[in-house]
Amino acid sequence: MAQALDEIKIGGLGSSRKRVEDDRFLRGKGNYTDDFKLPGMVHMEILRSPLAHARIKSIDTSKAWQIPGVHMVLTGDMAAQHNLAWMPTLSYDTQPVLATDKVRFQGQEIACVVADDPYIAKDGCEAIFVEYEPLPVIVNPYQAVAEGAPVIRDDKEGQTDNVCYRWEVGDRDGTERAFAQADLVSKLELHYPRSHPSPIECCGSIADYNSATTKLTVYMTTQAPHIIRAAVAIVAELPEHMIRIISPDIGGGFGNKVPVYPGYVCSILCSILLARPVKWIEDKTGNLISTHYARDIYYKGELALRKDGKILAVRFHCDSDNGSSFSDAQPTKFKIGLMHSAFSAYDIPYGYMTAQGHYTNKAPGGVAYRCSFRVTEAMFFQERAIQAAAYDLGMDQAAFRRLNLVKDHQFPFRTPYGFLLDSGQYEKCLDVGLNAIGYDEFLREKEAARAQGRRLGIGISTMTEPLGAGNSREYDILGIKMFDAAELRVHPSGKAILKIGSKTQGQGHETTFAQIVTHELGIPAADILVQHGDTDNTPFGMGTYASRSTPVAGAATAMVARKVRAKARKLAAHLLEVSEEDIEWELGRFHVRGAPNNGVSIQECAMAAYGNMPDGLEPGLENNAYYDPPNMTWPFAAYIVTVEVDPETGVWDVLRMVAVDDCGVRINPMIVEGQIMGGMTEAYAMANMQFITYDAEGNCVGSNYMDYLLPTAWETPGFELHEVVTPSPHHPIGAKGIGECAAVGGPAAFVNAVMDAIDDTGVRNIDMPLIPDRVWEALKYRRDISGMPPVKSDE
Amino acid sequence: MEERRINVVVNGEPKSVDVEPRLLLAHFLREVLGLTGTHIGCDTTNCGVCTVLVDGMPMKSCTMFAVMLDGHEVETVEGLGLPSELHPIQEGFREEHGLQCGYCTPGMMMACKAILNENPNPTEEDIRWGLAGNLCRCTGYQNIVKSVLWAAEKMRSEAGSFSR
Repeated sequence: MAQALDEIKIGGLGSSRKRVEDDRFLRGKGNYTDDFKLPGMVHMEILRSPLAHARIKSIDTSKAWQIPGVHMVLTGDMAAQHNLAWMPTLSYDTQPVLATDKVRFQGQEIACVVADDPYIAKDGCEAIFVEYEPLPVIVNPYQAVAEGAPVIRDDKEGQTDNVCYRWEVGDRDGTERAFAQADLVSKLELHYPRSHPSPIECCGSIADYNSATTKLTVYMTTQAPHIIRAAVAIVAELPEHMIRIISPDIGGGFGNKVPVYPGYVCSILCSILLARPVKWIEDKTGNLISTHYARDIYYKGELALRKDGKILAVRFHCDSDNGSSFSDAQPTKFKIGLMHSAFSAYDIPYGYMTAQGHYTNKAPGGVAYRCSFRVTEAMFFQERAIQAAAYDLGMDQAAFRRLNLVKDHQFPFRTPYGFLLDSGQYEKCLDVGLNAIGYDEFLREKEAARAQGRRLGIGISTMTEPLGAGNSREYDILGIKMFDAAELRVHPSGKAILKIGSKTQGQGHETTFAQIVTHELGIPAADILVQHGDTDNTPFGMGTYASRSTPVAGAATAMVARKVRAKARKLAAHLLEVSEEDIEWELGRFHVRGAPNNGVSIQECAMAAYGNMPDGLEPGLENNAYYDPPNMTWPFAAYIVTVEVDPETGVWDVLRMVAVDDCGVRINPMIVEGQIMGGMTEAYAMANMQFITYDAEGNCVGSNYMDYLLPTAWETPGFELHEVVTPSPHHPIGAKGIGECAAVGGPAAFVNAVMDAIDDTGVRNIDMPLIPDRVWEALKYRRDISGMPPVKSDE
Repeated sequence: MEERRINVVVNGEPKSVDVEPRLLLAHFLREVLGLTGTHIGCDTTNCGVCTVLVDGMPMKSCTMFAVMLDGHEVETVEGLGLPSELHPIQEGFREEHGLQCGYCTPGMMMACKAILNENPNPTEEDIRWGLAGNLCRCTGYQNIVKSVLWAAEKMRSEAGSFSR
């Protein structure tokens, strides 16, 4: 009898197969955008505004044009001649490419210079003289709606204030009735500070317009090449089939590399005007002050509680600071992303949420920084509010969560805001986490330490998030539904090429997507090449962000492999001389029912597809699949952190950090754990140090890595990982998204731990990041600490 | 600006090159020599993705001028291991999943090499301190630390077998 294949050994589902990508990265042979050199290529640098809000009186570029080696000095007025001074955003607003009338944030693009090398191009930028008339500056939503505030977007017809959207969801009346019956109402206000995803590699592009063929090829740092192609076609009014977007290796994305930025557009326009390749590589300050930020939400919310701990209803309001353009990268239907996924993990009968967006003199954005469209913001407020409510009730925070979490038998579970949770074992995850950390013992330790003047604390964060946008009924970006596609071609020798529309930025698609095919066909993963990131050579896909690759493109991959298997079955029937109905599939092989020794391998079927096909059967063994997900996948996590706060300095140290993640079936456990640890580090960063703020003049504080603090190996704590597996019932291989869970759920665990360590002070909130002076001030003066800008200036 | 002749040894190979005085070492390696394994991240000596070894010492090549290299030796990721055979540090990063997007990896590995040159048997704390000048946004460092421990062990065992 033929030996059954060992799926783990051939790199299938559940195999911690080593990464294919590593072979080139380890040798310094990656191909990042800046690594490409094209014949005749010239270099572009951008001149940025030093002021946050000012009218431009004049721009004098004459001296820049005189510098030897300068080929082009592009201004907004010149871009306007090509209808490119402004461009649309992903939220149906507009954003300047190069300023024409005003500058609206510090770092805004004013002009660009193209020269023989970047040094000369920078010299050219310094030779441009801009005359400004400064205007009053707005750096938070409350200033934006204050009486007499200047209208930032006076370019927009009919815009008379600084509000960019209003949105509501849920059952207002039902929620109000539930609040009327509450024994206790627990309130919380806080600010989730502005942050920047800050991949180490900045943005960049090489635009190569061929004036002979009129084909435009753009190498660029994009997480969503196919959407970029559509956007370039719209913005630059070029035929879509004559645009090729190549997204080579990307040095981290985290949502920052989803949008279209002025630098990309300028490099394209300059390449068209000069008819030669134009390279633009952004520097770190340019990246931090002008490309899309994340977070920056002010919340006011309350929970209606019964004495026994049951949550009856929730309502909250969000004021978002959107910067100078409403340019959130989000599905059309939603104005503050999936903020209304907050409180999904809890069985709460009624909910009502409102939101208002504001223009300010800050960089535009609102990208989904390692999350699914504002889900990080949603889960942070949720978990802070849950802890505050437990304290208000005088209830243990773990017990309060256990009481209110959605129970296993309730799935699929409809939330008050309309989401349908697919599956989960929430209590089990919580229990695994509590056992791992030794919850009861820690509480005793905390009490004993408190008696000696030491402050220990424990923070819990339990959350689910909607990953894998999204079904075509509800999810589109710029009118294009959020499906994904895959193409699979099996060659005569049984080796295969898989082409997908999503794009890795370190998640390891080239490794894991092959594993899905291996699971479906039994072709060893080492025999499958995964191609992605080139719009001429891959099928359409919405890109990689919001943890949607595995839920959507991964599903498309499984489905195309099944189509190929269905055809292989016909070939097997032909080879085995029986009817299709009499054939059974086992991994990598078909055999005649009842005669397991009489079979053919998938590789033999592949050869037959090219050399021995039955009459009437089309040759070849390939197919494609478009996958429109029926629902989001809903992973669940319990993150538990213990800390010690030094009351003398406000410094806090992480004692332990336990993560329990249920992301359904794990394709490659090694990579899943890598994603969790990376996300947890970003969570720690948000809680501890990483934020961008502004002074009263709109100067960005956090414009370089000396001010914008990111954790190093020295500060970052160690992580203890645990798993629970609840397969997604609607995903073809039962997988759920995972890349972002820890970054989404993690911050609240750290903050809750510090708040727990000072739970006797009456302090209700310290805004992130919990830098030592904020914690010290809260302890010393027993007051809440707000992180709202403007920060005080130095003098 | 007038160019200056510099004599340097890059990955064991002597080179004599004319460079503009303000050319950064990182640009010299990437643009003049075509060694694009050394990346550029922050321009402020913080992120460490441009880390190379100069006379065996880890240096951030984005804040050094190429002319400062005259008479010195530089080692980049391209000099680590052979095309056919990975260096134990490279192997360690692969075995322990010490990289994701790969952008910080060359600088990280060169910093690791400097740590292991100085201390063949480092503790986790030694490694974390030694890597504090290199940022990684993907991995959370835990697997990088494991990668270095893996490499250290392999290098020690290889050193042991050579001496026998």
